[in-house]
Amino acid sequence: MTEYLLLRHRNRGEENIADLDTYLSLGGFQAYEKVVTTMTPEKVIDIVKASGLRGRGGAGFPTGVKWSFLADRFPRYVVANSDESEPGTFKDREIMEHNPFQFLEGLMICAYAAQAEVAYNYCRGEFWELTEVLESKVRQLNDRALLGNRVFDTDYSLQIYHHLGAGAYICGEESALLESIEGKLGQPRLKPPFPADRGLYQLPTVVNNTETLTNVPLIISRGPEWYKSIGTEKSCGPKIMCLSGHAKHPGNYETPLGITFRELIFDLAGGIRDDKELKAIMPSGASAPILSASDEVLDTPLTYEDIPKIGSQLGSASIILLDETVDISWAVLKTMKFFEHESCGKCTPCREGTYWMYHLLDRINSDKAEQVDVDLLGEVAQQVVGKCLCPLGDFATSAVFSGIELFPTDFDLHIPESVSGADNSNT
Amino acid sequence: MTESILVSIDDKEVNVPKGTLVVDAAKSIDNDIPVFCYHPKLDPVGMCRMCLVEVGTPLRDKETGEIILEDTGEPTINWMPNLQTACTMVVSNGMRIRTTTSQVARARKDVVEFLLTSHPLDCPVCDKGGECPLQNLTMSHGSSQSRFLLEEKMNIEKHVPLGDLIFLDRERCIQCARCTRFQDELVGDSVIGFDERGRSLQIVTHSDPGFDSYFSGNTTDICPVGALTTTDFRFGARPWELTHTPSICPHCPVGCNLHINTRRSGQDGNWSIKRVMPRQNEQVNEMWICDKGRFGHHFVSSPDRLTVPMVRRHGELVETSWDIALGLVSEKLQSANGSIAGIAGERLSNEDLFAFRNLIQANGGRVSQWPGLLAGGDLVQQVGVGVETDLAKLGSDTAILVIASDLSEEAPLWWFKVRQAATKLGASLDKSRAALIVANARDTKLEKIARHCVRYNYGDEVRTILALTHAVTDGGTGIMASIAANDNDDVIAAAEAISAAKNLIIIYGGEGQSYAASNSLAQACANLLIAKGSVGKKDNGLIPVWSHCNTQGAWDMGVKPSGVSATEFVAEANVVLLAGADPVGDGEPLPENSFVVVSELFRTWTTMNADVVLPAQAFVERDGSYTSGDRRVQRFYPVLPCSENVLPDWEIFQRIANEMGVGDVSAGPAAIMRQISSQVPQYRDISYENLAAVEEQWPDIGGDDSYYGGTGFQNAGGLGVQTYSLAESGVAVNLGDVEPIGLATGELLGVPVTVLYDHGSTFVKSEIMNSRISDPYIEINAGDASILNVTSGDIVSLAVNGKEWELLAHVSDDAPQGAVLIPRSMDGPILRGVVPVNINRTTMSKK
Repeated sequence: MTEYLLLRHRNRGEENIADLDTYLSLGGFQAYEKVVTTMTPEKVIDIVKASGLRGRGGAGFPTGVKWSFLADRFPRYVVANSDESEPGTFKDREIMEHNPFQFLEGLMICAYAAQAEVAYNYCRGEFWELTEVLESKVRQLNDRALLGNRVFDTDYSLQIYHHLGAGAYICGEESALLESIEGKLGQPRLKPPFPADRGLYQLPTVVNNTETLTNVPLIISRGPEWYKSIGTEKSCGPKIMCLSGHAKHPGNYETPLGITFRELIFDLAGGIRDDKELKAIMPSGASAPILSASDEVLDTPLTYEDIPKIGSQLGSASIILLDETVDISWAVLKTMKFFEHESCGKCTPCREGTYWMYHLLDRINSDKAEQVDVDLLGEVAQQVVGKCLCPLGDFATSAVFSGIELFPTDFDLHIPESVSGADNSNT
Repeated sequence: MTESILVSIDDKEVNVPKGTLVVDAAKSIDNDIPVFCYHPKLDPVGMCRMCLVEVGTPLRDKETGEIILEDTGEPTINWMPNLQTACTMVVSNGMRIRTTTSQVARARKDVVEFLLTSHPLDCPVCDKGGECPLQNLTMSHGSSQSRFLLEEKMNIEKHVPLGDLIFLDRERCIQCARCTRFQDELVGDSVIGFDERGRSLQIVTHSDPGFDSYFSGNTTDICPVGALTTTDFRFGARPWELTHTPSICPHCPVGCNLHINTRRSGQDGNWSIKRVMPRQNEQVNEMWICDKGRFGHHFVSSPDRLTVPMVRRHGELVETSWDIALGLVSEKLQSANGSIAGIAGERLSNEDLFAFRNLIQANGGRVSQWPGLLAGGDLVQQVGVGVETDLAKLGSDTAILVIASDLSEEAPLWWFKVRQAATKLGASLDKSRAALIVANARDTKLEKIARHCVRYNYGDEVRTILALTHAVTDGGTGIMASIAANDNDDVIAAAEAISAAKNLIIIYGGEGQSYAASNSLAQACANLLIAKGSVGKKDNGLIPVWSHCNTQGAWDMGVKPSGVSATEFVAEANVVLLAGADPVGDGEPLPENSFVVVSELFRTWTTMNADVVLPAQAFVERDGSYTSGDRRVQRFYPVLPCSENVLPDWEIFQRIANEMGVGDVSAGPAAIMRQISSQVPQYRDISYENLAAVEEQWPDIGGDDSYYGGTGFQNAGGLGVQTYSLAESGVAVNLGDVEPIGLATGELLGVPVTVLYDHGSTFVKSEIMNSRISDPYIEINAGDASILNVTSGDIVSLAVNGKEWELLAHVSDDAPQGAVLIPRSMDGPILRGVVPVNINRTTMSKK
């Protein structure tokens, strides 16, 4: 790739595009001005629809389509989801730290398209320093009359507020995020109704991921056709791949959607640390099934449509590499500890199931387990999957199912020989 | 009419209204889908996942929208890939639901297993054991073996007081949020909530005192496990040891239906009340009661109860027999030559009051109601609220006007139901809100949910109604008086809301009013209803906020307020007969030379000054009937055995009459009700048989029901019968004359107000409530307080009519400038209306 579209600071030399004047001098906020002064909200939505932009938060839902679902009631809200809580995800932070205005401009265009006069940026609690910086950026935008009453002398007014979460993974789920903004316990709501109908304060609301919104100004200024030319037919545009784990050079890699794991890991990131063998890939942090690092997997393009074909998800592209030294049952234990800690407790299977699965995995990893415990682990996961109020419960089972299926020996190794056969003794 | 939806549940078809949830549709055909978090009165949340079922909908052609048919002509069903929660799924036409498949059975077993992994299974020592939904659903759906290792269970606090009334066992809690949702949605006191997350998710209270809500006890009923228990019942008995008796709450004019559980002690062989629970009567209290009703029953077993008749000999009250006592009373009545004054309390039953009036009038005497503070019972007989009106179900076609009443303090369940009508929170198919108008001289809890608030000065109640009437009738009736210090825009807005509504209900109280003023207010309210045509039909009419449970019954039995103090009423009477009345305690002395006879529950100031004291039975020791403020006659039943030395009031009066040869002793209250129905026109259709009649109610809470699991009781004691108003009987009712009452003047005016937790003798004896009952106090406005140099917590001397009281001062913004709020039955002065008062600080607050 010759040009960074999202991580623009990287090829700007000395220029600091987190500085408002610099950003303006590079054409910043022209897209915003264009939509507010010359376009109807419907037109903006149509352009974003035509671009094929899909949500970068994990679900990959077409962004323009989401905007078009807004119920015909006012006021409306738009919310940027900067909770960035998936393990292994660190892209939104880099965007907001180094390219904040492109993100804010995207949020502002989205607000105009939704005809919302109030926009929130919901940041995870650990981003408190960054949030202070962003609030000062918002003040600058107010000082330049890019925010505030009647921007560009039109009837449109807009204000942006920041809200800090209190450290819950589940607040990255959009309805739990809205509860959190309302000052309530961060627990997901029943769906339907969806936020587009009853969102923040029960009013029509768009919630979009930070990276998603950061694409929007470019789509407006360069056009949907240009945007569609990047990536694949169904997964358009650039994507920041968050590569971590045993990569030689971990970090954020902005690439077009559609490069393969192999290209990302070996061509861009220099391969595996200490030149060990790559054993497994967690393509979407803790939430999606673990992949075995086979050639088939390595040659799979990183797109929303291709990764499901090999049994996992692209999600927010938080790709964690596990080399040959990793005991997958340990990786599953750590994943489960995360979900046990983060389960909001609202629905029974997730609240109790993650706790139970954690204890089973802990027993396995302490070499105190019998084969029945491994079998029970699979059964408990089966009792959780598909029965929860929100997707977190399902996520919690992904590592269990894929770990046991693809790496059975990593579990067997913990079962002492003498008892591994005595599986039906106490059930 | 709501659209009807046809669905099929386990191949059984059922028609239900649009918007119905699958779980309710199934319930309507006796298919009990198990639930923990779902409650038919609360909005669904889908948290516990116990109600998972298979759901399919007819497959439609994407282009034409037509249902695709199988070769058999049946619609092709598109079964959803995952199980769905029946409590959140709304029915749609042609929907198929399967509740008996192995997949569903497995899901139920799995959820029960999950819940039990963090439940202590301490059923043998749990108060809920025996009536516990978790226990029941484990038996019917769970596994008999545990795959979860005991040592991995969490051990957490088991005795957490959420205040003085409710205890929480954190281990037993299954995080269903029924309690928090009840408080948030139905009560609006969000004083409990969840803290933390995951397995650490815990109920906590945010208020001081803890769980500060008049409705807290209800959460223990709907708790599907033994996590929430009341201090009253906790460790008191096992459910299967209890005897069940239906009753009626004696504390306010709502007439909540109670279910009283008693048990006989193995130690002393005595029966006692172990707990008071709500009994379902959807139109009255649904399935809820307030904490005063639930915990305020201890007076019946108080050691202060009178247990034997007494007569005065040589200046002392000495114990005697009934024959001697009643012989003496009849002798005195006979020789009184009709100079007899009878005063009967508003908490007496209809049968007592009827017998009382007959006895006095047969001897040529006069009767009056005590304390008889509020007028309008005759108007309620004419234009009272229409039969079958359910306040909670009122919708956007109805305006509700509440004037001169702090409803949450005076009639909590009416407040609760009016709140539902005004907010439509909780589960309700009809989400259209009634227009609530609150008129008062001060801020009350009801104002928070009102659409319109009209603020007047004390004394301007009648003028406010006249102004509304003027506006509603476009000048045809009423006067558009200038209301001092009042924003008339509010009156206009309220009048517009009344005009726009098809129906009008007026709820009036006696706050800050003399009897004469309340008489004008009641008439003004009746006039407004008549002028609008809102009389004689459902969802329309007048509701009085009486101070007692059977005030309306007293009016109906011909025992009406005298409008003057007891002292004035009995003046010159040779014999004064009192029943359930303590005027002396209220500062209204009786003449020294009268012969005073009192039937009472307790020793009172009046009994101490009496010549004959007759011990009377409490409501739980006998049967009888009360008539609520909305004219529902309801039966209560004997709950506890009673000593032969204590008699029901009706029997006392009838035995006196019998002694004097002016009447017989009836076989019981049922027989007296037969006499009442033959003499009191609006009671003509009422008998003990039809008062005991029940019919099916929705939601159905009976049997092994998984909605409630045993706590919250089906109604087997009778739903009661509402008497028809004259307007409903087709009698023309006419506008009456209204005279606004002159205003009291003075720098500071004492205003009588009502508080729920008062020092009344039938409440203050419940020790568990003591921490919730304030010391005697007055409430004054912050501005007045600073002039008087008084701060909250100071002791002040309150001077009224030359007498002084030492009381605690509460300083607030709720009391209007110049008004001193003086709670009734709080050991302060008894005010019959607004009077000038003086305040001096005597002791500074210790703070």
